[in-house]
Amino acid sequence: MNIFVLVKRTFDTEEKIVVSGGKIQEDGAEFIINPYDEYAIEEAIQKRDALGGKVTVVTIGGEDAEKQLRTALAMGADEAVLINTEDDLDELDQYSSAYILSEYLKDKEADLILAGNVAIDGGSGQVGPRLADLLGINYVTTVTSLEIDGTNVKIVRDIEGDSEVLETSLPLLVTAQQGLNEPRYPSLPGIMKAKKKPLEELELDDLDIDEDDVEVKVETVEIYLPPQKAAGRVLEGDLSAQVKELVNLLHSEAKVI
Amino acid sequence: MMQTENLVFLEELREGVRAVCKRFDGAYWRKLDEIDGYPTDFVEAITQAGFLGALIPEQYGGSGLGILEASVILEEINRSGGNAGACHAQMYTMGTILRHGSLAQKERYLPKIADGSLRLQAFGVTEPNTGTDTTNLKTFAKREGDHYIVNGQKVFISRVEHSDLMILLVRTTPKDQCVKKSDGLSVLVVDLNEAVGNGLEVRPIKTMMNHATTELFIDNLKVPVENLIGEEGKGFRYILDGMNAERILIAAECIGDGRWFIERATKYAKERVVFDRPIGQNQGIQFPIAQAHIHLEAADLMRIKAAELYDRHQACGAEANMAKLLAADASWEAANVAIQTYGGFGFAAEYDIERKFKETRLYQVAPISTNLILSYVGEHILKLPKSY
Repeated sequence: MNIFVLVKRTFDTEEKIVVSGGKIQEDGAEFIINPYDEYAIEEAIQKRDALGGKVTVVTIGGEDAEKQLRTALAMGADEAVLINTEDDLDELDQYSSAYILSEYLKDKEADLILAGNVAIDGGSGQVGPRLADLLGINYVTTVTSLEIDGTNVKIVRDIEGDSEVLETSLPLLVTAQQGLNEPRYPSLPGIMKAKKKPLEELELDDLDIDEDDVEVKVETVEIYLPPQKAAGRVLEGDLSAQVKELVNLLHSEAKVI
Repeated sequence: MMQTENLVFLEELREGVRAVCKRFDGAYWRKLDEIDGYPTDFVEAITQAGFLGALIPEQYGGSGLGILEASVILEEINRSGGNAGACHAQMYTMGTILRHGSLAQKERYLPKIADGSLRLQAFGVTEPNTGTDTTNLKTFAKREGDHYIVNGQKVFISRVEHSDLMILLVRTTPKDQCVKKSDGLSVLVVDLNEAVGNGLEVRPIKTMMNHATTELFIDNLKVPVENLIGEEGKGFRYILDGMNAERILIAAECIGDGRWFIERATKYAKERVVFDRPIGQNQGIQFPIAQAHIHLEAADLMRIKAAELYDRHQACGAEANMAKLLAADASWEAANVAIQTYGGFGFAAEYDIERKFKETRLYQVAPISTNLILSYVGEHILKLPKSY
């Protein structure tokens, strides 16, 4: 099995987002592997251990993303590839990311490509399906179970709280939903072995991609934080007066009854 | 100066430990504190992830790292709000076997200690009437054929109920028959699964903090002669050999606690608003936190110096002892600052401060009392008259 996992470096879920000058401030923030991508990495490692083969983790980003790749290697991936666009591109969108990945993957003869269901930052969930489309292979999103027998694949996918069972075949791209597995953390031997595993760095030139080919199609108009939650209101008076006031507010202010 | 590559690795190591600890949050440790429970799940997780095998050579299934890396692992456990005291012995008690055991003993024990299938977490030295005055210990092992017959009593022996093996220091030659009082002591490996109920009685001691410590009553306990580590009579030296490593590792735990306290206190001081301003704006709150931070950073430098000397196989007794004292003082200062910053909430269990406060207090007393470090520095470094 030739397995590839698409990995994205994202803000730590515990990080407080600060917007300043129309941009999200990254200074001093902690970054992690997108949590949904961790399910993808774990599944790739399990499938490799069961069926043989190789797991390659791929990311697009800057030098900083090397750290997340090292973590994936420490978890047990065999090789890592950083497509470094730091010097070539100011921004990326779903279109350009999918295009770059497809140019990298088109001659790699991947049997299975895994990605997170969404990245917790952008949250579009588009790059996986777009990539599969560009590569001309099957794809299934939000999978919670993946069974591979030869080239036959049986999948359970999450459909808004319900499950759907599908059958398809390799080569295939799937995006991982929570519940697919319990991602391992890097072990100490894993961290030490990761130091010796190959981490290849590529630039757009290496993939024969022209900067014009990957001009973003999405324009960011504005970035702002959700409005702060207003403080609650405490009703006063005796119980019957409070109930009366509450019903009144639900009717006249909230307009729900 | 550390090389960049080493710094990157240490950072990866820290993150690796944090990733494990993240799954065992404040609520997990609080619950255990309430019931005096042992963190079995945590210890299993950190062992299976290989972190407690850091000091075991690669040929025996460990990672063959130095004391600096090992100390970083324990530091991060405490820094994450956990308590490395529950598992640190699994990391370093094996040192006695590694340094003085036979090849057969190393092959028998070390790989299983590295993978966690064998827990060597108990270290029986202290006795009710002989604390640091180790050479006066009374527990005696008499050789009879292929066995030692052991009789005596030990106290404050931690994690015995959560360990498969125990390193036991016993007297094998009566003191009055020895040239030096430090002669005649020997180290035995006791298989606890066989010993308990067959000459070994374990009684838990309830303590201020959740520490799983016990009292041992040893009555005609049979220990096979093949479980003797090294040579008979040289046990005291074997135990002393491990002391510098232990001092450095414990110093690192203190540093971890201290960092946890400072981070908590700083965050709270920024967020807690009283009289329309964050309390951290008041110098009465801010300065003690800053002071504790400074002392912690200084202690950390001594710990790193001691660890680097140790890893280069250079003499580090002074540095290891001083690091332990400085770090234990700094973590205690930070604990006090944190509880003062939190005010009444510092005493409420749900904020974790009181739990860590109790835990870090121990380091002033165990595994070595701060006073004994002062005696050591006075006598051995400054060449003052021996004070005890």
